[in-house]
Amino acid sequence: MSTLLKCEDVSLGYEGSVVTKGLNFTVESGDYLFILGENGSGKSTLIKALLGLKPQLSGEINFVGEVKKNEIGYLPQQTMVQRDFPASVKEIVQSGCVNRCGIRPFYNKEEKKLAKDMMERLEITHLANRCYRELSGGQQQRVLLARALCAARKMILLDEPVTGLDPKASNEMYELIDGLNKKDNITVIMVSHDMNAAVKYAEHILHIGGKQKFFGTKEDYLNSKIGKAFLSVMGGEDDD
Amino acid sequence: MTEKIDKLMEYLQFPAVRYAIIVGLLISLCSSLLGVTLVMKRFSFIGDGLSHVAFGAMAIATVLNVTDNMLIIMPVTVVSAVLLLRTGQNTRIKGDAAVAMISVGALALGYLLMNLAPKNGRTSANLSADVCSTLFGSTSILTLSQKDVITCVVMSAIVVAVFFFFYTKIFAVTFDESFAKATGIRSDLYNLLIAVVIAVIIVFAMNFVGSLLISALIIFPALSAMRVFKSFRSVIVCSVIISLFCASMGLLLAILEGTPVGSTIVAADIAVFFIFSIISMVARRGEK
Repeated sequence: MSTLLKCEDVSLGYEGSVVTKGLNFTVESGDYLFILGENGSGKSTLIKALLGLKPQLSGEINFVGEVKKNEIGYLPQQTMVQRDFPASVKEIVQSGCVNRCGIRPFYNKEEKKLAKDMMERLEITHLANRCYRELSGGQQQRVLLARALCAARKMILLDEPVTGLDPKASNEMYELIDGLNKKDNITVIMVSHDMNAAVKYAEHILHIGGKQKFFGTKEDYLNSKIGKAFLSVMGGEDDD
Repeated sequence: MTEKIDKLMEYLQFPAVRYAIIVGLLISLCSSLLGVTLVMKRFSFIGDGLSHVAFGAMAIATVLNVTDNMLIIMPVTVVSAVLLLRTGQNTRIKGDAAVAMISVGALALGYLLMNLAPKNGRTSANLSADVCSTLFGSTSILTLSQKDVITCVVMSAIVVAVFFFFYTKIFAVTFDESFAKATGIRSDLYNLLIAVVIAVIIVFAMNFVGSLLISALIIFPALSAMRVFKSFRSVIVCSVIISLFCASMGLLLAILEGTPVGSTIVAADIAVFFIFSIISMVARRGEK
């Protein structure tokens, strides 16, 4: 296993106000990292920083070796605009390849094949010509995940991927992501406050809230004070 | 019926009528291309806002007695478009409020300026006629020169080329800006591009349908197409077809019946919108 991402003493925030500080963690190739934290703890700021959308206030975020900046497949939270967007599944998945095009105006064969393969991998080939806005929440998330995989094959970053899904669809989504991690050896970083899923799937856990509260393996986390406290609070109410 | 056709043929003898038809169709084509993007970005009203800015700029140009109005109108409108689309994302004044503010403000100040300005030999009755034709584009389309037509053809060719060339990027940026940004697409640049293109279209379209009706040209074809079609490409192709169809119908009717060009075209657009709404309702019933 090689290190893909290294964060050293990173602090994040908006001009003048620090949201979270003292972040020190590494992500190894093939890792499955859960980033936990309550609302307002700086999770989404961290995502933006990792994706290079927003600079950190201080510290270093470094991508090492095979992954470069802008090579993270990103599954953002859905926006209202997308819910009624007139586009076919195929068009959306293919749009994950846009960054490969450079100034070429249209997709080449290779990119179309990549999009097709990803649709097959996520079992949405039969939906290819359906309209995105007509799909169920779970299907929409699969489409966006396929698009993310077109953009980057090594590492994906998922921002609360099961928000708004029913329990069955949530489970399917988690299993799918787990499969990508285990079978396709894709490094996964997931932001969530779903403690149960973290316990089930995570390899490492990063818990933030104003500062770094914990970083380590899941086993260590479950034995730690903060882990036990968080589990007793969140575990009970997050059953849905 | 043959009488009507004869009348039409007779009108087509005049170069002014032919010019009007060419320019009308080209502007409908261009404005429908970006309609879907603007509707999805929640900027449906930008056409209205920018055309009022263009109106305000025209007032400034009139007051300053500049010979070529375009020299002032174009830069002012482009800058406003860029500012509007940029502030839409991340500022205290949100997109709709910003558009409303600029639109109403520019309209009021423009009218004020025109009133305060030295009359340049025209009466105040002429002024309101001027304002009216700027807002509704009643006559100027029939007074186009050959140079205007050539400018319009070149402009349309550029707009279509830009759209075609950046189609995939425009799609990515419209559908999901943060994803596009995260994967290294320079979405700011493409937003800028969209803003500039839309400003250019609006300034040209102002002569045609007038500033009040530009929004209709941009929005209606897109909304009609979105009712029925399911992929981005088919929605765009369909809105271009609708737009061209409505423009030709509107122009023909306007020529034959002497109705105002802009309003007639928009009326055709509205009719098509209702037809498509009914089609989509029937189709949905059919599925169930």
